[in-house]
Order: sequence, then C-alpha cells, then structure tokens
Amino acid sequence: MGYEYIGITVLWVFLYGYLIVASVDFGAGFFAYYARRTNKDHIMNKLISRYLSPVWEVTNVFFVFFFVGLVGFFPDMAYYFGQALLIPGSIAIVLMAIRGSFYAFESYGSKNNSVFMFLYGATGLLIPASLSTALTISEGGFLNVTDDGVRLQITELLLSPYSWSVVLLAIVSVLYISSMFLSYYAHKAGDKDALSLLRKYALFWSIPTIIASMTVFIAMSQHNPEHFDKLFDYWWVFGLSVLFYLIAVFLVYSEKLYGFAFIAVMLQFFFAFFGYGVSKLPYLLYPHVTISESVTPDAMGLALVVAFIGGLLLLIPSLVMLMRMFLFDADYIKGNK
Amino acid sequence: MIELDSVMLSRMLTAMTLIFHIIFATVGVGVPVMISIAELIGIKKKDKYYSLMAKRWARGFTIIVAVGVVTGTAIGLQLSLLWPSFMQLAGKVIALPLFMETFAFFFEAIFLGAYLYTWDRFKNPMTHWWLSIPIIIGGTLSAFFITTVNAFMNTPAGFDVEDGVINAINPLAAMFNPATPTKVFHMVSSAYMTSAAILATIAAVTYLVKRDQEYAKRALKLTVTATLVFSISTAVAGDLSAKFLAEHQPEKLAAGEWHFETEEGADLVLFGTLNDDNEITGEIRLPKALSFLAYGNFDAEVTGLDKIPDDEEPPLFIHYFFDLMVSIGMFVLLVSGLYVLMTYVKKWNPHNKLMLWALTTIGPLSMLAIEFGWVYAEIGRHPWIMRGFMKVAEGATTSPNVGAMFLLFFLLYFVLGIGTLVVLRKMFKDHPAEVELEHLYTEVGKGGER
Ligand code: HDD
Ligand code: HEM
Ligand code: HEM
Repeated sequence: MGYEYIGITVLWVFLYGYLIVASVDFGAGFFAYYARRTNKDHIMNKLISRYLSPVWEVTNVFFVFFFVGLVGFFPDMAYYFGQALLIPGSIAIVLMAIRGSFYAFESYGSKNNSVFMFLYGATGLLIPASLSTALTISEGGFLNVTDDGVRLQITELLLSPYSWSVVLLAIVSVLYISSMFLSYYAHKAGDKDALSLLRKYALFWSIPTIIASMTVFIAMSQHNPEHFDKLFDYWWVFGLSVLFYLIAVFLVYSEKLYGFAFIAVMLQFFFAFFGYGVSKLPYLLYPHVTISESVTPDAMGLALVVAFIGGLLLLIPSLVMLMRMFLFDADYIKGNK
Repeated sequence: MIELDSVMLSRMLTAMTLIFHIIFATVGVGVPVMISIAELIGIKKKDKYYSLMAKRWARGFTIIVAVGVVTGTAIGLQLSLLWPSFMQLAGKVIALPLFMETFAFFFEAIFLGAYLYTWDRFKNPMTHWWLSIPIIIGGTLSAFFITTVNAFMNTPAGFDVEDGVINAINPLAAMFNPATPTKVFHMVSSAYMTSAAILATIAAVTYLVKRDQEYAKRALKLTVTATLVFSISTAVAGDLSAKFLAEHQPEKLAAGEWHFETEEGADLVLFGTLNDDNEITGEIRLPKALSFLAYGNFDAEVTGLDKIPDDEEPPLFIHYFFDLMVSIGMFVLLVSGLYVLMTYVKKWNPHNKLMLWALTTIGPLSMLAIEFGWVYAEIGRHPWIMRGFMKVAEGATTSPNVGAMFLLFFLLYFVLGIGTLVVLRKMFKDHPAEVELEHLYTEVGKGGER
C-alpha cells in the first residue's frame, strides 16, 4: 500500500472525528441559544457548558490537523484548493474565529451576554454550511483551471441544487448528532428535565436528517453521475448506515440505552462518510487531482507516517485521561466537581 | 507608488495576520512557564499569594489562548490560500514540522483543559502542578516546529532541484536547516522574556494604583527576576543570530546594518538616515563593532551590499527595525537588572516611583521588540519567499479578491483585539486580588475551596 492510501485513510479518519466532535459543539451552541430564546436555558445551559468548556480547543485541533495533513500528504491540494477557496475559506475562518473567541469571552469573562450567545448560536450553523462547500467543490464542475490559475465559479456554485443539498445535510446532521449526544450526556448526568427536552430535539431532527441524505443522493446523480454510479457499488455500506440510523432512533424513542444510541449514530455517520469517501477514490478533486498523482514524495510520506505514529502514542493516553476526567467522570458530569 | 496587486495584498494580509497572531502566540508560549513557577513556589513555600498569582494568570491566559488558537487557525489556512504555489513546492520538503506542530497543539490543548478545570480536585497539590509541564512542553514545541519552517524559508535545505523538479528530499535535513538553531533559541527565549515582562508590567501598574500591594510585591520580584534571566539569554541568542546571518544570509545583515562596501574592520552604524545617494547621515558609528558582532573579531571581513545582485537586495528600511529591537533589548535588560540589584541591597527601595514607572514599560516594549524583530527577519528575506529558490511574487495566489479579504480580516482582528482588552479588563477589575484572597481563606475555613 502506497503512502497515498495511508495518508488519505488517516486524514479521512480525522475528518470523521472532526465531523462528530464539531457537530456536538456546533449544535450545542445553537441549542443553547434556542433555549435562551424560549426561556428554557435554566434546564440545559449548565449541562452544555460543563461538556463544552474543557474540550472546545481540542475540537479545533482536529480541524487544523486535517488541513495541515492534507497539504502535507497531498501538496497539490494547496495549489488547487488554495486558489479556489480564498473567499469561502476566509469566510469560514472568520466565522470560526468569532465563534471560538466569543465562546471564551462569554464563558470566562462576561457571563450571559446575549450578543455573545447569538453569535455563538448562529455561527454553529453557518460554519458547517461554509465548510461543506469544500466537499461540494471537490465533486468537480465548479472550477475553471487555466494557465493564469484556478478560479471558483461562484454563480454556478450558488445556483447548483447539489451544493444546496449538501449545505442542508450539513446543518441538519449537526443538529441531529448534537441532540443525540446531549441526550446521552443528560441521561448520564441524571438531569431529567434536560433529557426530556433534548430527546424531543433528537427525535425531531432525525427526520430531516434522513430526508436530506436522500436529497444529496438524488442531486449527486444529476451533478456527478460518474461518482453516483460508484456510490452504488458500495450500496451495502450505505445500507448499514441506514440500519444504524434506525437503531439509534428506535433506542431514543423507547427511552433506552442512550449510550448505545449515540454509538449507533456514530456508526451511522461512519458508514455513510466512509462509503462516500471510498467511492470517490482515486479522486480528491474531480477531475484534476487524484491521490496517486498528487501524493508527496516517498521520503516525506514516510516521515509523516512515522510522525503520525509517534504522535498517536502521545495523544491517545492523554485523550483517554481527558475523557476520564470530564466526559466519563460521573461526579463531574453531575456538577459535583 | 506601491502597486496594490494580489502579490502586494497577499503580503499585507499575511503580515497583518502574523503580526496579530504573534502577540497571542508569544504569550501562549511564555506564560505557562511563569504560571508553573508561581504555582510551584506557592506549594513549596505554602504561600497563598503565589498560588493565587498562578490562578489569576491562568484565568487571563485562557482568553489569550483562545484568540491565539483562532488566529493560528487563520494563519494556517491562509498560508495555503494566499501562497498556494509556495505551499505546493515547500509542502513537499517542509511539511513534517507543520504536521508535528498539530500534535504539539493537541497535546497542549488537552492538558490545558485538564489543568484549568482541576485546580482543587487532587489531594496532593503537586499532582496538579505536574499538569503544567506538558502545557509548557506543548507550547514550546509548537514554537520550535513553526520556527523551523520559517528558518527553512531563510536557508532552504534537504532537497535538490533538477530541471525544476524537486528530488532527494530529506525531511529531517530540511527541518534542521542552518537557520534553525539560532532562530529557535532566539525566538523561544524572547517569548519567555516578553511574557515575564508583560506580567511585570501588570504587577507594577497594580502597585502604582495602590491596590493589592502585598500581592504585587511578590509578583514583581518573581516576574522581574525572570525577565532579567530571559533577557540575558535573549541577548546572547540575538548575538548568535547575527553571527549566523553573517555566515549564511549576509545580505540581510548588510541591509540591516547599512553596510554597503565589503571590508575588514567594519563599523557598526546605529540609527541615522539615508539621503538620496544612499549616504548615511546623523548616525552613531562604533568603529569596527560590526566585524565584532558578526565574527567575534574586530578585524574580520564583513560582506557588504556591493556583493549582492541589485535585484536581490532587501529593503534598507529594516535597519530601523533592527536598531529598535536591540535598543529595547538593552533597555529591558538594564531596568530589570537594576530592580533585581535594588532588592538585594537593603538600603535601596526598589519600589520607588521612577523604578515602577520604568517597569510598567517593559512589557509593551518587549512585545514591540518581538514585532520589530519579525519585521526585520521577514522583510530582510526579500525578495525571496524561499531564499535562492522562489521569489515572493512567484508564490502568491492569482486570485483577484485578496483586497476584500484584507478588509474582512482587518475587521475581524479589530473586533478580536477590542474584545480581548474589554474582557481582560473586566475580569481583573471586578476581582481584585485582595478580595479573592479573603474569599479563599474563608472558604478554606469552611473546609474546601473552589
Ligand atoms: C523581546 C524581543 C527581542 C529582543 C529584546 C531582541 N530580539 Fe532579536 N529578534 C526577535 C526578538 C527580540 C524575534 C522576534 O524573536 C526575531 C524575529 C525572527 C527571529 O528568529 O527572532 C528576532 C530576530 C533577530 C535577528 C534576525 C535573525 C534571522 O533573521 O535569522 C537578529 C540578527 C537579532 N534578532 C539580533 C538581536 C540582538 C543582537 C539583540 C540584542 C539584544 C536582539 N535581537 C534583541
Ligand atoms: C509570527 C511571527 C511572524 C511575523 C510577525 C511575521 C511577519 C511577516 C511580515 C511583516 C511579512 C511581510 C513581509 C512583506 O512581504 O513585506 C511576512 C511575510 C511572510 N511570512 Fe512571516 N512573520 C512571522 C513568522 C512567520 C513564520 C513562522 C512563517 C512560516 C511558517 C512565515 C511565513 C511568511 C510568508 C509565507 C510570508 C509571505 C512572503 C513574504 O512576503 O516574504 N512567517 N511575515
Ligand atoms: C513563530 C511564530 C509563531 C509562534 C510562536 C506560534 C505559536 C503558537 C501557539 C503557542 C499557538 C497556540 C495558542 C495556545 O494554545 O497557547 C498557536 C496557534 C496556532 N498557530 Fe501559531 N505560532 C507562530 C506562527 C504561526 C504560523 C506562521 C502559523 C502557520 C503555519 C501558525 C499556525 C498556528 C495554528 C494553526 C494555530 C492553532 C492551533 C489550534 O487550533 O490549537 N502559527 N501558535
């Protein structure tokens, strides 16, 4: 197996990790704001801040890891995406910057400022929408590549049904993943009021999630038929994804096994995300960049893989420590610490 | 007139982001060291003032870190957005430290979370103190990794180019290029120095406005001593950096020192101005000092700008940035040295008005020195983005929208800057140290603090 496969696997795993942890974070921001507007914040916001405070920075690093790794393993991506994404990329940066810093301002500085809360909630939905355009663009058809450089065709992007279906999917899955996780967390914390509210959100958002997923499939068949055909080669992967979706919704509906329900959600997205990724290979960017042509020279590939293994040996024990301190420490969750 | 094409605008946007980020990055690297020392003294001497110091610094630190992280994410993405061709080429050779840096961030972020939320969770306070060590290691390692990338841009190494194709790549040789040792040493040392100096400034102001003077005295003693130690190592590292330049990047040294003719026993030019014929007027001239600075020998030959092709000459205004950086370094060293001396001589009062006023300046001045130093180092690399291999203009994006993005980010940094100031002010104004300390004691009396 060449470095291109190791590289893309590592990156995809981290992007998947980011998808899950960031969705929890983004969605929580939205729910916190929503609860405030509907005067339910006393029920939920303490719970949310107890989970989010210790981990938001770690979430951000997942993202940094992904894009630094992408340019490391596939330097050509810097050339194509760098030129094309100047505007959407900058907007995403600005939103993330506002979100991260205002979160810190609000939770360590001036408590309960409603402007901060609004920014925090709104960016939670806008960031996934803007980041998802990077995936949309990688399906091809939105770039104009000439000797003068690479240009993004913004009007075409804005008029494309495929592009909008992806945005929609991104937003609703954020809310779905997040409410599923927070239900589990509320359950662990023994917070009955928060649980009953969050459970309702979770069930509610499960419906648009499945609809939006189907819409993306349909839009893909119009936009990139080649990729659409290959999706069908992996139909069983998507079948598993739907299966886990049903399990998750069923468990939450019957108020049982919230932990397993969230694991099922993670598996649902795992299969969907990897099914999408595998069927897209060897392309990183239709039709300009493939993994085998753009991969970094072997010497660098080897160095990156070695660094990665070393890094994991350092990280995994530390992450386990963090989770045991905050996520799985019953006393902490319940607010006794 | 400077033309505002996308190359120029990309340079301006990069510079703006870095100049903003470096403020937070510097504090992010240096302050954990100070927090850790204060906490340790607090535990060992059982002195509540020091423990409180560590806590208060840590609280302010969270805000700085948050802005450091978001602006760092911005610069990380902007490198690809604004310099796509450069990243495509350099990525093949220098991606390793960038990649390892993300692990350092991870490591730091994880332990920072653990540290901040577990002040009084452990029976043995030393357990909590140990959590500060990985934060220091993580912060300093990230500074190390990013500085190797910058060093690589100054003295590229670890690859061959044949007919425009890169081969024989050696990532470790690229990372440990000739500029790495001096750059890292100077960079890390100046970050520690600046962080200590900023905390000293805060303590001096607290003392001057007659609040929490017991607390401020201890804080001053600790921070100014640290500033002195780190400013000595910064000066040593700066001297080594100059010697490095003389050997590996003579055009930067020559432009910075207005050294036009290659000669033995070269004079050092301080300040002054240039007239239209590039003649220096109004300067202070130290005979043969440049030769000494560059080679440790008053008669050594120093390469001048006459040996550099005209189109590879760095801009001459960097001279001022160099001089200002060095002047600040000397000033801070003197002020902190004097204060430390005064605390040892019983008859002298180190907390006199003049001394305190001088101490209030060292934090902001050190931060300025960091900025000046970077401007000198970065603009002194011009016209190269990768010295000898790629010029700045070849590395830039061709996108026509950089100008709008410049405005967007200007607004962002403006808002972030104001927000940081407001929140930090509020945080400490509303909670004077004395009040907090009383709070601590009463809660301890009740059996357990938060
Ligand atoms: C508190 C900040 C500070 C202080 C007091 C000094 N410096 Fe500095 N200097 C820096 C902060 C800095 C820096 C921001 O960290 C730079 C920019 C790039 C780098 O590696 O370090 C730098 C760069 C830099 C360079 C260019 C290195 C290169 O481009 O590779 C030289 C030659 C010096 N310095 C020399 C000195 C000398 C002789 C000083 C005498 C005391 C001095 N600096 C004080
Ligand atoms: C954090 C401290 C730094 C500061 C304050 C700083 C400052 C600057 C400034 C003022 C410029 C503009 C020069 C000009 O074009 O006129 C610049 C350019 C640049 N810097 Fe730095 N720099 C820093 C560190 C770094 C590091 C560590 C890297 C590499 C990873 C880097 C990469 C670049 C690049 C790619 C450019 C654009 C090319 C150029 O104009 O030379 N900088 N920086
Ligand atoms: C030499 C100057 C620089 C130093 C000392 C430095 C140091 C730091 C530090 C300490 C942080 C984290 C803040 C904290 O957690 O305490 C940080 C954040 C970051 N820096 Fe810089 N940085 C420098 C320049 C750069 C440059 C040129 C880049 C671009 C490649 C960069 C990329 C980043 C990124 C992506 C983050 C955010 C990481 C995260 O999400 O945790 N930095 N930097």
